[in-house]
Amino acid sequence: MAEEEKVEGLQQLKHENQDLPQVLVLGSPTCLQTLKQLYSHKFRFLIPNTSLDSLYPLTAPLSSISAVICSASFSLTAPVLRLLPSLRLVVTTSAGTDHIDLNECGCRGIQVAGAGKLFSEEVADMAVGLLIDVMRRVSAADRFVRTSCEAATWDFPLGYKISGKRIGIVGLGSIGMEVAKRLECFGCTILYHSKHKKSAVSYPFYNSVIDLAATSNALVLCCALNEETRHIVNREVMLALGKEGFIVNVGRGSLIDEKQLVKFLMDGEIGGAALDVFEDEPNVPKELLSMDNVVLTPHCAAFTSECIIKLCELVAGNIEASLSDKPLITQFRPSRVFYSSARLVLVPSCSPSSFW
Amino acid sequence: MGSISVLLVGKVLPYLEQELDKRYNLFRGIDPSQRAAVLRDHASSIRAVVASSSGGPDAALIEALPKLEIVSSFSVGVDRIDLQKCKEKGVRVTNTPDVLTDEVADLTIGLILAVLRRICECDRYVRSGNWKKGDYKLTTKFSGKTLGILGLGRIGAAVAKRAEGFDCSICYYSRNEKPDSKYKYYPSVVELASNCDVLVVACPLTPETHHIINREVINALGPKGVLINIGRGKHVDEPELVSALLEGRLGGAGLDVFEKEPHVPEELFGLENVVLLPHVGSATVETRTAMADLVLDNLEAHFLGKPLLTPLV
Repeated sequence: MAEEEKVEGLQQLKHENQDLPQVLVLGSPTCLQTLKQLYSHKFRFLIPNTSLDSLYPLTAPLSSISAVICSASFSLTAPVLRLLPSLRLVVTTSAGTDHIDLNECGCRGIQVAGAGKLFSEEVADMAVGLLIDVMRRVSAADRFVRTSCEAATWDFPLGYKISGKRIGIVGLGSIGMEVAKRLECFGCTILYHSKHKKSAVSYPFYNSVIDLAATSNALVLCCALNEETRHIVNREVMLALGKEGFIVNVGRGSLIDEKQLVKFLMDGEIGGAALDVFEDEPNVPKELLSMDNVVLTPHCAAFTSECIIKLCELVAGNIEASLSDKPLITQFRPSRVFYSSARLVLVPSCSPSSFW
Repeated sequence: MGSISVLLVGKVLPYLEQELDKRYNLFRGIDPSQRAAVLRDHASSIRAVVASSSGGPDAALIEALPKLEIVSSFSVGVDRIDLQKCKEKGVRVTNTPDVLTDEVADLTIGLILAVLRRICECDRYVRSGNWKKGDYKLTTKFSGKTLGILGLGRIGAAVAKRAEGFDCSICYYSRNEKPDSKYKYYPSVVELASNCDVLVVACPLTPETHHIINREVINALGPKGVLINIGRGKHVDEPELVSALLEGRLGGAGLDVFEKEPHVPEELFGLENVVLLPHVGSATVETRTAMADLVLDNLEAHFLGKPLLTPLV
């Protein structure tokens, strides 16, 4: 593909140009290599190789850093932000912003830019792939074939039909809408729960996730993680979904009460689960590792080689906009932010309604 | 009808076997020695044969059953049945179209995503503990890719409809161009393969389509191309496919069928760009039950002198 050639063709520029704007990179984002290949002539990327407490050896003092690139696996808390007094911009390489103290950013006037809708198609593709995998036992079947070479016949358990089923989407934002669009072509009935009913959408709306689960064959979780959505899929919701119900999670691990999910999977109270995210990544509950009715992927729903280039372009574009005092391309705007004049007071995080 | 003799020659859903047992005088002849014994003692009384994708009556068997009136297949593919012989002898043949179309199309999309997004590999990666050492690598996007469909019948069309939800461009090859189709037609399989990212085999197996996926087609599909076979194993020249995958001449493959099921070339087991399934295209509780009911309903209709529901011959 042309985009791949573009990356491979560029050479690593060797320079020590102190005039380039410095950008601190936290959390080893997947796109870092590509970012360096494509933009080392525009930015000086500073990558700490030690823990946060001692951000050495950096060749530039932290006090002058005005831009940070942060991955979803890095908790950009208030104490960390306070190490960067000149910070004006945080660019996260994820669509989610639950790992960033948005209130601290708001108080200090630090702009936050996210990936916006960049990954929505990729994540929706993966969500559908995971749904088919868990209901039709694709990964389990692949394992079976690779280990049953001596079998005289194939005796493999039947799966469940997806076409025509009722799919409950939790969070009908950009990703949720892409999932809905794909599953409609399978003849599925789309239902949803969101913070507010979406007037432009004709899918049936459910105010309660329990009611949604009770009427769905599968739930697909696509919403952002915040205080209101933490453990939104709890014991009651899972019981309502039932023994032949399936869950797909491409949002955040903590959308589900993971301990309860594991217990219900072990007890057969739920049909199966396909999980790209977990409460304590990269740790996955060991009970899941031997189950055939689960599919486990390492938080990679967004990561294709096609989107990485676009992500780098977006990250660089947001930084350049900030440096030239222009509007950011994908500025994250929370609906409610609590400001406090006493900056050291911890304030609760807000809930971005635009994302779900 | 309990006195009507029926011979079972292919593996079917237990529910179907039980119902056949209840309603008819059922003889099991899946195993060759079993079949030989049945033929020795009961050949002249058998009026119906139930077949499946794993076994069907060839010319010799049809000849050996002088009272044979109908073959009802628990599958949509009838490549195991000698249709010509059935026509000659006036033997009716039924299959199970439509009830499994959605199922197979669903699985096809699942296979494509499993290969392109490495879902099975990712699952292995997590289960083996490798995620603790680092992230999995980048995979390939499906949305927006070009899908080539070999055989735009019921299943091919259902696959195309689903792929449209992913903003895929669809093109196809068929014996004859379909004038009502909105998809782009290519007059040869090689041209189709040259112009798509993912090639789906969805046509019936006939002498014309045997090894329709050969070295030339595989090379045309190329090192970034992906082959998905939900048809029959014999659609693909399997040794050619294996060497193309091992040499990197083909980007990946999702296979639900193989030339000599349940044998799968072991060279494929070590590859991360293939997904291997044990012929589960229609393997859901819902569909297998519907297929079984169709077999039973066709047999009943025949013996009651009513029109067959899904006749092929």
